[in-house]
Amino acid sequence: MTLQTDTAVPKQTTRRPRRKPLLSMAAEISGPAYLLIAICAFLLFIAGWFLATGLGVAKPIFLPSPLGVIAKLAKLAADGTLASDVGNSVYRIMVGFLIASVMALATAILIGAYRFWEAAIEPFLDFVRYMPVVAFVPLTILWSGTGDIQKFLIIWIGTYFQQALMFKDNIKRVPSDFIGFGRTLGMSDLRVLMRIVVPSAMPQIWDTLRISLGWAWTWVTLAELVAANSGLGYRITVAQRYLQTDMAIGYILVLGVLGLATDQIMRLLGRHFFKYERKS
Amino acid sequence: MQAHPKLKISHLQKSFANGRSPVQVLDDINLEVGDNEFVSLVGASGCGKSTLLSIIAGLQDHEQGEMLVDGSPINGPGRDRGVVFQSYTLLPWLTALQNVEFALRETGHEAKDITEVAHRHLELVKLSRFADSFPSQLSGGMKQRVAIARALSYRPKMLLMDEPFGALDALTRGQMQELLMQIWQEHRLTVIFVTHDVEEAVYLSDRIFVMGLNPGRIKECIEVSSARPRPTGIQHDRETLELQARVLKSIREETRRVEFD
Repeated sequence: MTLQTDTAVPKQTTRRPRRKPLLSMAAEISGPAYLLIAICAFLLFIAGWFLATGLGVAKPIFLPSPLGVIAKLAKLAADGTLASDVGNSVYRIMVGFLIASVMALATAILIGAYRFWEAAIEPFLDFVRYMPVVAFVPLTILWSGTGDIQKFLIIWIGTYFQQALMFKDNIKRVPSDFIGFGRTLGMSDLRVLMRIVVPSAMPQIWDTLRISLGWAWTWVTLAELVAANSGLGYRITVAQRYLQTDMAIGYILVLGVLGLATDQIMRLLGRHFFKYERKS
Repeated sequence: MQAHPKLKISHLQKSFANGRSPVQVLDDINLEVGDNEFVSLVGASGCGKSTLLSIIAGLQDHEQGEMLVDGSPINGPGRDRGVVFQSYTLLPWLTALQNVEFALRETGHEAKDITEVAHRHLELVKLSRFADSFPSQLSGGMKQRVAIARALSYRPKMLLMDEPFGALDALTRGQMQELLMQIWQEHRLTVIFVTHDVEEAVYLSDRIFVMGLNPGRIKECIEVSSARPRPTGIQHDRETLELQARVLKSIREETRRVEFD
């Protein structure tokens, strides 16, 4: 600011702290500003889409207009198809993810606390973890057909092995003095584990759950794409078969929205559960 | 020493496995701590003072030697020895009060008076106002005060403190030392205090064990004869300063000996 404008502006009662330019590294921005920028990015994406279809750059059969996609989704919502597909996929995720998470947590406690079990289990988990989940799809169909069980199985294979190792890491990061403290109280190992170690690791475990829930969405879609007669993934293959690009794109968007929504629910729940971590 | 020491350690040996050749960290430790005595372990870093405290707490094992508390051998950790760690060990999901209650419950106190006893101990460390605060809302000094209250609450025979004020700023550290003195004065406890702060050791202790390096051992035991209660500011009296210099010299001799070996 030059001297001239400085004198021209009437003196303000409260002086604002000078703010760093928006694009300097690690500069803080306000909550509303953050939201605004995020919304702009979405709008930009939608505008680009309108432009591409409006100018005829892409043929409707490859890329229908946003309005066309919305109209199609509205129709599917009205006749109940959308709700039943979402319901099916959410049900599969819930069951598969819950089973995987519970098992993974139990495994993680075991291998996180006992070197014996770590040696016995972890290298094997690592080995399986590197096998591509996709490669298990034909096998799971052979084993269990194309019903819900097979979907649970794919979600389980895709999340359990990763979760177990990440949970274990969460548990190992609990400071050893916490364990020492429990021992000086005369607590048994099991009690120290269940009453001190696991609760201490809970915020990190929750973060791991949140991350792995995102993967579960991928795996359920994959399983439904290959072999199913219901669910979001299934509908997308149907769309492909009948060249209904608007339906395929609509459902992909729905998957994105569902993923985002579950992630936000997990985030809010975490904030509620782990209030004690906040300073004020 | 006294006929019945609170703690008696004889011929204690400790080494860490390091590849094929184990490293001797503590060599032939012999010491006695009297009932209601306040002793410090001081020494340069690497002298094994924290390891020794951890062994006394039962959190680390040792190869040889004997440890007796009130004449009976100890094996592993126990409720007779309360520990205040250097790192903050308050359980983050429990309030200050609940942290003390947790210790009382786990050490088998009667459920009906747990809350009352916990309140009393928070009062002792002057934190009644923060009973319902979570550790994340407390300053470092406050957290250590809760940790002290928690360790005292279940009435251990001995309080083991591992550089409990090491992470605090100088001003807070001074206040904590005074508070600890006051509590010790009023309640009479046996305290073993590990520190590398010579001024702190001289101010707090009845006796100071200076530990030698490579391998860690008890090099010297220095008595602090100044009368109690010790007034604040005694740290700057001539007598105290001379004693501090003596302890420091003793520690320095060791580091010099090792460096020029």
